[in-house]
Amino acid sequence: MTVDRWLTAALADAERRGLPELKPLLQGLASSITALRAADWNERADDAGASEPAAPVPPPQEPR
Amino acid sequence: MSAWHDETIDALRGAMARGETTSVRVTEQCLARIEAEQPRLNAFITVTADAALAAAHAADRARAAGAAVSALHGIPISLKDLIDQAGVHTTAGSQVRRDVVATTDAPVTARLKAAGAVLVGKNNLHEFAFGTTSDDSGFGGVRNPVDPGRSAGGSSGGSAAAVRAGLSIASIGTDTGGSIRIPAGVCGVVGFKPEWGDIPGDGVVPLSRQLDHVGPLARSVTDAWLVHETLAGRAPAANAQLHATPLQGLRFGLLDGYFAQRVAADVRDRVADAVAALERAGAIVEPVTLPHAADVGPVYLQIVLGDAAAYHAATLESRPGDYTPPVRLRLEMGRYLLGEDYARALVGREVIAREIDAALAGRAALLCPTLPVTAPPVGALTVPVGDGEEPVRNAMLRLTQPFNLGRQPAVSLPCGLSPAGLPVGLQLVGARGGTQALLQVALACERVMAPAR
Repeated sequence: MTVDRWLTAALADAERRGLPELKPLLQGLASSITALRAADWNERADDAGASEPAAPVPPPQEPR
Repeated sequence: MSAWHDETIDALRGAMARGETTSVRVTEQCLARIEAEQPRLNAFITVTADAALAAAHAADRARAAGAAVSALHGIPISLKDLIDQAGVHTTAGSQVRRDVVATTDAPVTARLKAAGAVLVGKNNLHEFAFGTTSDDSGFGGVRNPVDPGRSAGGSSGGSAAAVRAGLSIASIGTDTGGSIRIPAGVCGVVGFKPEWGDIPGDGVVPLSRQLDHVGPLARSVTDAWLVHETLAGRAPAANAQLHATPLQGLRFGLLDGYFAQRVAADVRDRVADAVAALERAGAIVEPVTLPHAADVGPVYLQIVLGDAAAYHAATLESRPGDYTPPVRLRLEMGRYLLGEDYARALVGREVIAREIDAALAGRAALLCPTLPVTAPPVGALTVPVGDGEEPVRNAMLRLTQPFNLGRQPAVSLPCGLSPAGLPVGLQLVGARGGTQALLQVALACERVMAPAR
């Protein structure tokens, strides 16, 4: 589901449930979801090298 | 009469051993302070005065009989009111649980009792630990002892207020995104979030089981260590000591980028003073960044909202009017999440955790402000940061929550006062598996930094 479609449905449901004050919070959550989906660790089914785990971070060393 | 209620555990255990005071005397002073300050601070939901005095008398009798005692023997301690104590209400700061009485002790409560601690009562908190100010409690908001017009922080606001104001010598809080370190920072006490999994969370009302941590708020690093060891099931002997790590040549990472942007000038200045003090003591402080730090908020929000919504779904349907309106709305948000986004957040959490681990490699600790601001005014919705305004919740959480995602131990130390006289906290983050090492470093830092009082 796209973020726009999710937000449209969520706002309509909040209205139906008599919680209009939830709408600005859901709009903020939509921005947060958009940022989450843009993160570079997300994988796609049509990516090359799709079997590689998404965590390009070196393993930790023992602290001194 | 000496003000024993303002002493540290470290000082009190010595004074009790030398016969200079007793558990009964210290407990009576704390109870008197609670009675005097409750109208101003609202730091407690339940006070267990009779049981506390009985426990204090028992502690004194045991000491007089020559029993082997632990470091917490006879010390008055309070519990955040989402930790079970048999026979006492566990409200979690909500009218939803106003009639809930615990039938058994949480493991952490049982360990405190076994160590001889005197439990004086249950501290007020932000409802269900879901907030950073302790303004929204079903039992009224908590006020900051330093300035009652300011937030005590949250969610363990009553715990921090109690420790700061001499109502209990230490308190047990919980921390899901900063809820021990944030109130400790704004009230000027020490707050320690242990490594995830170090302290059992059974018998503790959850916000997010995978992000929740139980830990101490105290008046010194040594006190926090003594309480932490007890909570972990390793009650220290009466004379146990934490030894400071020499700072000469010790390497620290000063978190830059996300952690240094949008920090209020009065906080930035005190943290710079603390860093300078460490450098004068021979420490090597170098900037370090976390590549995905800006993703912390979206990742954290998915996990905490989803987990909290699962726990609260039934009562949101059956008793919505028993929640404070702001907390109810935030919990309702979690009922709209999609599974695909929660899954993305779980992957992101591991990416961020490994970046923090990598930043700690070769370093004793990472450093940053505990919060980018000092205590906001009670009821404020936004706070000024830099050139603009930021929602209070975002501002208070954003420097602590990375280490709930990462599971690393982290401690907030008082590092001085703003020009307005408000406490500023310095956060030290240690490696997973390095709790003892972090507290030894924190003790060394505490000794060279400006006192907050």
